[in-house]
Amino acid sequence: MSLVLLIFLPIIAALFIPLLFKKVGQIHTGWFVLLVPAALFIYYSTLLPSIAEGGNRVSELQWIPSLDIAFIAYIDGLSLLFSLLITGIGALVVLYSIFYLDKYREQLHNFYVYLLMFMTAMLGVVQSDHLISLYLFWELTSISSFLLIGYWYTRDRSRFGALKSMIITVFGGLMMLGGFVLLGIMGNTYSIRELISQAPELVGHDFFVWALVLILLGAFTKSAQFPFYIWLPDAMEAPTPVSAYLHSATMVKAGLYLVARFTPIFAASGTWVWLVTGIGLFTMLWGSFFALKQKDLKGILAFSTVSQLGLIMSLLGVSAAGFHVENATEIALNYAGFAAIFHLINHAVFKGSLFMIAGIVDHETGTRDIRKLGGLMSLMPISFTVAMIGAFSMAGLPPFGGFLSKEMFLTGMVALTEFDLFSMDVWGILFPVIAWIGSVFTFIYSFYFVFHTFAGKHKPEELPKPAHEAPKGMLISPVFLAILAVVIFFIPNIVGEWLVKPAVAAIQPFMYDSPSDVHVHVAAWHGYITPELWMTIGIFAVGGLMFWTLRKWQHQYERFPNTLNSLYDKGMFLSDTGANRFSRLYMTGFIRSYLVYMFSFLIIIVLGTFVLNDAFAIDMNNLAPVGLYEIVIMLALLGSTVTILFSKSRLTAIIALGAVGYSVALFFVIFRAPDLALTQLVIETISVALFLLAFYHLPQISRKEERMRFRFGNAVIAVGVGVTMTLVALAAHSGKALPSISEFYKETVYTEAGGGNIVNVILVDYRGFDTLFEIGVLGIAGIGIITLIKLRLTKKEGQHENK
Amino acid sequence: MKTNDVMLQTVTKVVTFIILMFAVHIFFAGHYTPGGGFVGGLLTASAIVLLMLAFGIRTVKKIIPVNYVVMTSVGLLVAIGTAAASILFDVPFFTHAYDYFELPLFGETSLHSALLFDVGVYLVVVGVTMTIIQTIGEDE
Repeated sequence: MSLVLLIFLPIIAALFIPLLFKKVGQIHTGWFVLLVPAALFIYYSTLLPSIAEGGNRVSELQWIPSLDIAFIAYIDGLSLLFSLLITGIGALVVLYSIFYLDKYREQLHNFYVYLLMFMTAMLGVVQSDHLISLYLFWELTSISSFLLIGYWYTRDRSRFGALKSMIITVFGGLMMLGGFVLLGIMGNTYSIRELISQAPELVGHDFFVWALVLILLGAFTKSAQFPFYIWLPDAMEAPTPVSAYLHSATMVKAGLYLVARFTPIFAASGTWVWLVTGIGLFTMLWGSFFALKQKDLKGILAFSTVSQLGLIMSLLGVSAAGFHVENATEIALNYAGFAAIFHLINHAVFKGSLFMIAGIVDHETGTRDIRKLGGLMSLMPISFTVAMIGAFSMAGLPPFGGFLSKEMFLTGMVALTEFDLFSMDVWGILFPVIAWIGSVFTFIYSFYFVFHTFAGKHKPEELPKPAHEAPKGMLISPVFLAILAVVIFFIPNIVGEWLVKPAVAAIQPFMYDSPSDVHVHVAAWHGYITPELWMTIGIFAVGGLMFWTLRKWQHQYERFPNTLNSLYDKGMFLSDTGANRFSRLYMTGFIRSYLVYMFSFLIIIVLGTFVLNDAFAIDMNNLAPVGLYEIVIMLALLGSTVTILFSKSRLTAIIALGAVGYSVALFFVIFRAPDLALTQLVIETISVALFLLAFYHLPQISRKEERMRFRFGNAVIAVGVGVTMTLVALAAHSGKALPSISEFYKETVYTEAGGGNIVNVILVDYRGFDTLFEIGVLGIAGIGIITLIKLRLTKKEGQHENK
Repeated sequence: MKTNDVMLQTVTKVVTFIILMFAVHIFFAGHYTPGGGFVGGLLTASAIVLLMLAFGIRTVKKIIPVNYVVMTSVGLLVAIGTAAASILFDVPFFTHAYDYFELPLFGETSLHSALLFDVGVYLVVVGVTMTIIQTIGEDE
């Protein structure tokens, strides 16, 4: 089976969704959708054994062969892990959404089409070996995320969040494209595998750091790293299944994937290690700190996701540092790469379940405001259990998967202090300290999330709906994920063997030749004397104490200003009003101003080309004699043109304009161009009729004599256009660079095209494409006139969507 | 603005048909002698405009109840369809085919797929011209 085609399977399935929704309305459309990720998950699972041994699969589909752009699906450990996450979590989320979204009230056809589109995009991102197709899929994830956040498009906040995420992630995507192009120039290939194989030569290149920074911008915007994370909390306006899927488990991890994928290329650079580790760790602290400020359940989870993404990002940075150490495989640094991937799996599991619980609470009580919630434990026992498992795993408590990866994270950070490159010996101590503080806050907000929702006093009067447990179907997915979080704790090494090690080998090829070389053994118990054990105990103690006193100091958060968001809002406002003002500066609304612009540019461009190419050529030889007819028609032409300018009534002007057209038609007759003459005559007739029709609607020209002022600038432009066109005509006559094409037409019009009238054969055959597009333009013009006249958008002024 | 337009109306009744016949002739003759879909379409449109001038837009709309927007889209589809049909015969997009056929009444006749494309052009030109004139003319 072709792997490339499997990437496109979801988007092809999406074509049938609207049909199924309309025709088979009594069955929830989600059931059909569920088949797609489930089938893909099963198929990708069958690849596990061979990939776990260090193998890979490649499949190729040409896209634009002339530019050497192709879809290349390349599956190694890293790609396969992400593909399994995308399809596995995808299947659970679709199952959950079947109970979350009502089949009668919701626009399921839109929802699932976007969701499947996203699935294809995301699979494409993690499997593409070609940078350009990777970029294509990358932007497609941004677009489908935009559509899904704006799914409830009648809400202001949804549209705002959708736009914000789009602007920030697409900005990053464009920067990343720049980085890709630079990489392509450096390595003379767009294939990631080939680039990795030339990594040592690329390091010294001038563009290296540029490409590095640009690609990191793409990764940081997508993975919501500081300071770009501000789009993620606003993206929570999306339906909860979307938040669970895109904005915690998959799409926001695309940035992590990108960093992991490019680690073999960029690891040699100290900038990379510093940026990825530093920004990641700072984001972790920032996100966990501000998670406690949130009042919305999903807001807490959004900041927690920001923080956790930062954590994984920093681990990826540390794993790149392994490149610079001789015996990297033996010291504690080697935990970093493993911990990053392991935590990525854990995070997808516990955060997915927590989001689903937040959705359930919202669905069953009607609110997500944590101040109104409380005491749901007895009413929603299953949800509570799941939330507790998820949150404890997030906080790093045993016996849940998160405990193991959190331990390894601390190990990796502590190991950095022993690292003596890039002045780490001076600043290295900061890393474990920040990591520790971040972990304390992670501990507090995890408890805050669970206990302020499920423990405490029940406040039924504050809830829009009486609370009760969710339907069974809705609980399947979160319960499954919660069980997984526990299971992972007991079989970490099996997970490591099958999923983590193959991925680690792909990230750190400079350390490991095959997955079996990764000698990392996960254990819950390392012994009494390790620093990470004491750090963990410290986290529990300090975190527990601070959570105990949370109500005393949480209000202090109100003192922190929302600087980044207001910066974004101001920027948007300024660019909006600024662009508006700039446009109004030259868009006067008068056709005469626009004509001035157009004619000036015509003169500048044409004369400029003349000057640049030294194309002035005046050759008066071979000119045909000017006869009496030509002179007479010329005079008529000039006479009627002047009449237009000086006529006092519109009717005269229109008729004079018609006379201009007819004189030109007569010229065509004299020059033996019957086709042109015929067309010109009919066009003139119809446009005069059209003028007369429109004439009826125009206001009277005022009787008052108003002398037109002489405008020097306009005179210059008028003369300039005349001179330019004369020069063009003369130059065209004088300097023939190529032999005329008319001979070719004469020879081939009958033999090749089977026609006799060259003009018409050019229109329908030789240059048929032109005609095709011209009639397309005609059609667009017709639509334009209908919209201008029939729809009258001006009547609805003041309905700007952002107001 | 009620004026006596008996003369215009009487002449129009005859001239319209002459123009229409000429349009058809021009359209079919286009491949060998002056003419073609574009001019043919314009001539047809001008005949209809003449009717409108003589009898008013409402009357003409009743006589010729054609939705010109639909006509435009059909024209575009015909044009694109002709161009794309060549793909089915495994030749590049827009490759035309022609041959000579013995037809009753006409004798030996050349039939060319370019004519089909021209039908598309014809429909689009008539459709758009009439859309524009009708929309502007009807606007209150």
